[in-house]
Amino acid sequence: MKWDEFFVTGEPMIYGAMVSIVLVSIAILVGLTYFKKWGYLWREWLTTVDHKRIGVMYILSALIMLFRGGVDALLMRTQLAVPESGFLDSQHYNEIFTTHGVIMILFMAMPFVIGLMNVVVPLQIGARDVAFPRLNAVSFWLFFAGAMLFNISFVIGGSPDAGWSAYFPLASLEFSPTVGNNFYSLALQISGIGTLMTGVNFIVTILKMRAPGMKLMRMPMFTWSVLITNVIILFAFPVLTVALALMMFDRVFGSQFFTMANGGMDMLWANLFWVWGHPEVYIVILPAFGIFSDIISTFSKKNLYGYKSMVFSMVIISLLSFLVWAHHFYTMGAGAMVNGFFSITTMLIAVPTGVKIFNWLFTLRKGKITFTSPMLYAMAFIPIFTFGGVTGVMLAMASADYQYHNTMFLVAHFHYVLIPGTVFGVLAGLHYWFPKIFGFRLNERRAKTAFWLIVVGFNVAFMPLFFLGLQGMTRRMYTYSADTGFGPLNMIATIGAFVLAIGFVVLCYNFYYSFRHSPRDEHGDPWDARTLEWSIPSPVPVYNFAKVPHVESQDAFWHAKKHNVPLFKEGPYEEIHMPSNSGQPFILGVIMFFAGFFLVFSWFIPALIAGIGVVIMLAVRSFERDHGYHISAKEIAATEQKLRGDSV
Amino acid sequence: MKINDALPLEYRTEENSNKIFGFWLFLGAEIVLFSTLFAVYLVLWNRTGSGPTGKDLFEINGVIWETVLLLTSSFTCGLGIHAMRLGLKKPMMIFFGITLLMGLGFLGIEITEFVNYVHEGATLQTSAFLSSLFVLLGTHGLHVTMGFLWGAGILIQIKRQGFTDETTNKSFIFSLYWHFLDVVWIFIFSFVYLKGLM
Repeated sequence: MKWDEFFVTGEPMIYGAMVSIVLVSIAILVGLTYFKKWGYLWREWLTTVDHKRIGVMYILSALIMLFRGGVDALLMRTQLAVPESGFLDSQHYNEIFTTHGVIMILFMAMPFVIGLMNVVVPLQIGARDVAFPRLNAVSFWLFFAGAMLFNISFVIGGSPDAGWSAYFPLASLEFSPTVGNNFYSLALQISGIGTLMTGVNFIVTILKMRAPGMKLMRMPMFTWSVLITNVIILFAFPVLTVALALMMFDRVFGSQFFTMANGGMDMLWANLFWVWGHPEVYIVILPAFGIFSDIISTFSKKNLYGYKSMVFSMVIISLLSFLVWAHHFYTMGAGAMVNGFFSITTMLIAVPTGVKIFNWLFTLRKGKITFTSPMLYAMAFIPIFTFGGVTGVMLAMASADYQYHNTMFLVAHFHYVLIPGTVFGVLAGLHYWFPKIFGFRLNERRAKTAFWLIVVGFNVAFMPLFFLGLQGMTRRMYTYSADTGFGPLNMIATIGAFVLAIGFVVLCYNFYYSFRHSPRDEHGDPWDARTLEWSIPSPVPVYNFAKVPHVESQDAFWHAKKHNVPLFKEGPYEEIHMPSNSGQPFILGVIMFFAGFFLVFSWFIPALIAGIGVVIMLAVRSFERDHGYHISAKEIAATEQKLRGDSV
Repeated sequence: MKINDALPLEYRTEENSNKIFGFWLFLGAEIVLFSTLFAVYLVLWNRTGSGPTGKDLFEINGVIWETVLLLTSSFTCGLGIHAMRLGLKKPMMIFFGITLLMGLGFLGIEITEFVNYVHEGATLQTSAFLSSLFVLLGTHGLHVTMGFLWGAGILIQIKRQGFTDETTNKSFIFSLYWHFLDVVWIFIFSFVYLKGLM
């Protein structure tokens, strides 16, 4: 193999990216050495098994990926702003919309959601940790290895270019001869295994580790949404595992699953992909529903309206999510009966979703509403998401879909559900739980500036796409002529995209600003909130709860505050057993990264060695006898004294 | 740490019972994984292109031996766990040893069969049917291989440490895994070999 086949060449922007990657890497290495932070980084973060820190690492990675995916989006919008633009060529455009989709769904939305669930869920259920802390670290490092493997594809070897759904035969070796789609299959595979482990971990955590008295029907709504989400993960991700493995076999080992000859069947890919892919959109959206439920009831000072119907509607959505996959290819000739079935199941999802919308509205009704930044995101979510949902029902109608299939209308629709549904959700959650994680609030003024830029920018960017779609502008089109008349609306959309991007920059600036200037939170409950995570100091000590809380009702902390009942039993502290840190998950992630990288280039001997490395790591773990350590009662008393002042 | 003496050793601590529950969930995911592979196989099983069909390839002798070995190994694995609960270290190790040897025998036959297929010109690359056959059987075979390594590791730990919370828990979880592989094989036997030979 020649060097110019290994590195991507011939694109000035990619040369720029290469140079900046090298410079940033050198800066990080020099900085870590200069400030003597290697030991700190290793001891406190890379080897941590603390769910709160793992959550922070997930969220940080997700923000970086939001930046990468956002830059992709801006490049696309810049290309489309004017007719006949020569900013990007067609191949480069293909690569950019593919990586934009994959990164935003799998390496931004998923880890952001998983990060929040890592930080919050054990605290909401009164647990000291997740069920399997070490496995949790493995999950994170596998996700991270997959994300890095995917990201280096644009400088080494070439990015995938067959769309985020990688339809065959387009994604086959014949039509996509670069290694781009090998990166796709292996990077998604590695991070997908991590996600599956998260699924197992959190189901066990929620079902087995709740504080005494917290019945299922007393759990906070976010925990409920996470439980249901993880059940979907458990049953959807193995399908992706198989689909990606078959893709790898086709591309790397020359098998015939999705080929056009020798019996292969390209539609098989579309079916497998969407049997996972459609539940996937609910995996990223249900936790956001949970976040909004918690936030809306907190800032309306009311119990969530229709708690049981909220739970029930999520269960129904999760079941229906597995019955709708063929709506992604109505026009591929499945026949009227099949299309009819999937049309009906798809439209049915609007019913439980509508139930949730009404419940949020009834929660707001006669509430004492405070418009904090998390609440603003929740408020903006309701109308925008409803609009996205209604256009979804339009698309769900199979016969009508023949008109707008594969147009910008669809692009507008899924951005209108995923951005308010997921992005606003995780941003609301981030603003809401930020003081719990770091001990200080984000500056509200700057948060609100960012919020308005994001909301206005979002609508300006995506509303025109509905009209462009109805006028016949197809998606994935890299340029168009002036005669089509698509120019003005595209220009407006591009301006909106840049406003949205400025909003994101303000949001990030706010982290820095608040870190410098925000007053430190002293009592742990800055929002006068309702659920258990607010009953302990911020930032949360490593053992979470010094004493196990006793739960008597829904919104246990609120109940305790209003009725003046103690949440924690009197009496001395007891020693707490904690798992010890470990470098193994990180090392396993590194090995998996290299195993994937070697397979991408079909370097089988090194890949085999890396594979043996993985087996050795598993054996090392099995033979290890590490029973963790104990934090003594005296130490806990001292920590609590320091965190809570003299009150306890 | 909560310890419930009324339960068998492998369940007693909270951590152990969580691990067993977590492994059941993992097996749920494995069921989906194999179901997907079976679905792929059943979609592609008569899409043989210009390559051989199942009828041309399959020979009942090897398959019968594979089945006997794997099903018996599941039985001896269960006997091993029974011995473990009675606290009998040596019989447990012998039963587990037999289980693993039978697993190895199964793998030997499977590999021989694969080699024969390839010699008859039936490779992963020949047709969609053969791709799905090799990947379905190969995934099961890979699971058996991993099970063998895992079981061998556990045997060493039992020998060194005896029956502890940890080793019994691991053995029990391993037995769940091994029985699961057996169940999957029954489906392979029915939907791949019997269906193919008819």
